[in-house]
Amino acid sequence: MPTTIKQPKQSARFMQGNEAIAEGALAAGIGFFAAYPITPANEISEAMARELPARGAVFIQMEDEIASMAAVIGASLGGLKAATATSGPGFSLMQEQIGYAVATEIPSVVIDVQRAGPSTGQPTFGAQGDVMQARWGTHGDHPIIVLSPSSVSECFALTVRAFNLAEKYRTPVILLADEVVGHMRERVSEFPVMEVVSRARPEVHPEWYFPYDNDLGDVPPLAAFGDGYRYHVTGLFHDKSGFPTQRIDEIDPWFERLFHKIEGNTDDIVEVSEEGTREAEIVLVSYGAAARSARHAMKMAAADGKRVGLLKLKTLWPLPEDRIKELARSAKGFIVVEMNRGQVRLDIERLAAGRAAVEGVHRFDGEMISPTSVLKAIEEF
Amino acid sequence: MAEKLPYIQDYLRSKKRFPTVWCPGCGIGIVAGGIIRGIDRLKLNKDEVAIVSGIGCTGRMPVYMDFNTVHTTHGRALAFATGLKLAKPSLKVIVLMGDGDALAIGGNHFIHACRRNLDLTAIIVNNNTYGMTGGQQSPTTLLGARSTNAPYGNIDQPFDTCFLAKAAGAAFVARTTTYHAGEMERLVARAISKKGFAVLEVLSQCPVFYGKMNRMPTAVEMMQWFRDNTSTQDVVGRIRRGVLVDREVPEYGDEYRKLVGSAQEQKDIRERKKSPATVRLAGPHEAVAVEHEESEKSAEVAKAVEVHGRK
Ligand SMILES: Cc1ncc(C[n+]2csc(CCOP(=O)(O)OP(=O)(O)O)c2C)c(N)n1
Ligand code: SF4
Ligand SMILES: [Mg+2]
Repeated sequence: MPTTIKQPKQSARFMQGNEAIAEGALAAGIGFFAAYPITPANEISEAMARELPARGAVFIQMEDEIASMAAVIGASLGGLKAATATSGPGFSLMQEQIGYAVATEIPSVVIDVQRAGPSTGQPTFGAQGDVMQARWGTHGDHPIIVLSPSSVSECFALTVRAFNLAEKYRTPVILLADEVVGHMRERVSEFPVMEVVSRARPEVHPEWYFPYDNDLGDVPPLAAFGDGYRYHVTGLFHDKSGFPTQRIDEIDPWFERLFHKIEGNTDDIVEVSEEGTREAEIVLVSYGAAARSARHAMKMAAADGKRVGLLKLKTLWPLPEDRIKELARSAKGFIVVEMNRGQVRLDIERLAAGRAAVEGVHRFDGEMISPTSVLKAIEEF
Repeated sequence: MAEKLPYIQDYLRSKKRFPTVWCPGCGIGIVAGGIIRGIDRLKLNKDEVAIVSGIGCTGRMPVYMDFNTVHTTHGRALAFATGLKLAKPSLKVIVLMGDGDALAIGGNHFIHACRRNLDLTAIIVNNNTYGMTGGQQSPTTLLGARSTNAPYGNIDQPFDTCFLAKAAGAAFVARTTTYHAGEMERLVARAISKKGFAVLEVLSQCPVFYGKMNRMPTAVEMMQWFRDNTSTQDVVGRIRRGVLVDREVPEYGDEYRKLVGSAQEQKDIRERKKSPATVRLAGPHEAVAVEHEESEKSAEVAKAVEVHGRK
């Protein structure tokens, strides 16, 4: 049920990525936020602690990240749009509950402001080492949506989008920011006016309500607890009523719908921004903070007369597979620019399937990738 | 009790969900009956009751009960329930956990739920073992007891669930057993009615694992053990039943709603600066502070008496 909300008029101001994420959550209609303190995500919680009570919404600091994610799912089951924010160590702790939200199809937003890792790593250095964890961190085969902002204004817009996709597809959505983008300050004028989506609610008589009805299309409506629809929710394989089942003829159609609701709607879910890719010989593939250096390098290379384009992934998972396959035919090759040892690059190699060369510029010690190192890779390509 | 059966039917998902997953003789079914009769005493509207459970044999209880029910993950039920209750304060939220669920993997959530004192009812089915995974020792397994993972006897000191809940700040703490079904029903109703975080520990039998490994292979023997080793009075060598704590503690939901009022007034930082924070001691510290105050006072009095030479 999309409704359009009007943003309050703001004059241009300096704003931090984390603050813009908080603004995005408020614009999307967040009703519940739970988190445990961690650098470099603290500014998000601080803004929530200030803003939510004043709006009659709920902020709670939980005893750890496991509890934070569990509380988010509980609140969403109570009918509120809910989110949590964390960084690597906390993101690791949340994984089991993220899988629970996938399996029970409860909308939720998880913000991971990545730090350099593994382990405690360096809390105030940026990195993009959680890309594969965001994709596969929870156990078992499952679909997931992951978005990655590369500027302060994208922090706002992609946060709103994260809530919208979570509500629309009844799924957890991960906003995979990074320390650089989260702590960076940029001038933002006015945030875009965005459509705000809320989950579909059942309209049928409670007797006829099936929260996991595979015959109702990709996303069956979700009733809030206490609204007169008494149903069961479990992380076990379940039938259309939500009751545990071991019947393969009930499990298979559910799994098929679970995957299809994401993989069958990539036109809606996948968002990229492209610059100069059509004529490009070399396509830079990047996202988040690294995409800023990639873009800078692309401009420097263009000034030298090189045909270089940029494919910036705003949706990280699922990847724009078809588009990457097309570019593998039109371009000579890809250079994947990312602040890790090549987590997205693996998939670009898979999709290029030998039709285009794939190189990478990778750095994961907490330092930014410099535009000149990308330029060097372009020159050596 | 026979005349109550029709009421029980009203609360069960009887058409679809039976037979249960529990072994013959298991105590969990008795607890389920006690919970339903307790709810029936209060005449709660089924739409306004939510049952949140963790993972384990105990965690399977809600699937049979016709309320808003959610079977969460191992140990985390209280955290899910915290989110749900804050999102929908009108719901009566009852949380069902096993001893491993509530006190081992969920121990952190348990003590924090006690301390936070949100209006939830936590019912812990303590069968002194991990039933679902085959009878390993839990944080309440008694010293010397055998378990699947303690074939030579358990050397890990057990927790006393109720002492733990009391020390952590729960507003209401009580204990009963599956032998004492009538008492259970009354305590369930009291725990649910209590505004604040209420803990009810129910000692229950797992004859197939704990019982068999500890020379009580039948449910009857285990329930007789509950009869003979518990008391509603403080008796040395017996486990205390009944209400152990019933105190007034500020309830988290109410406190949050008050905070919403002051946040609206003080959103502007200048307003916050005008009314500086007032810090006060709480819970056990408050009591200690009062004691200190008194002892200081009596020391002063003693000194004054000394000075004036009127001993
Ligand atoms: C994270 C996690 N670890 C382990 C398990 C396996 N597991 C399932 S139930 C259970 C223990 C159950 O014991 P208890 O909570 O006492 O419940 P009971 O079965 O005795 O009622 C364990 C360890 C799990 N499901 N999830
Ligand atoms: S294993 Fe034990 S606790 Fe679990 S159902 Fe059987 S008797 Fe009950
Ligand atoms: Mg147990």
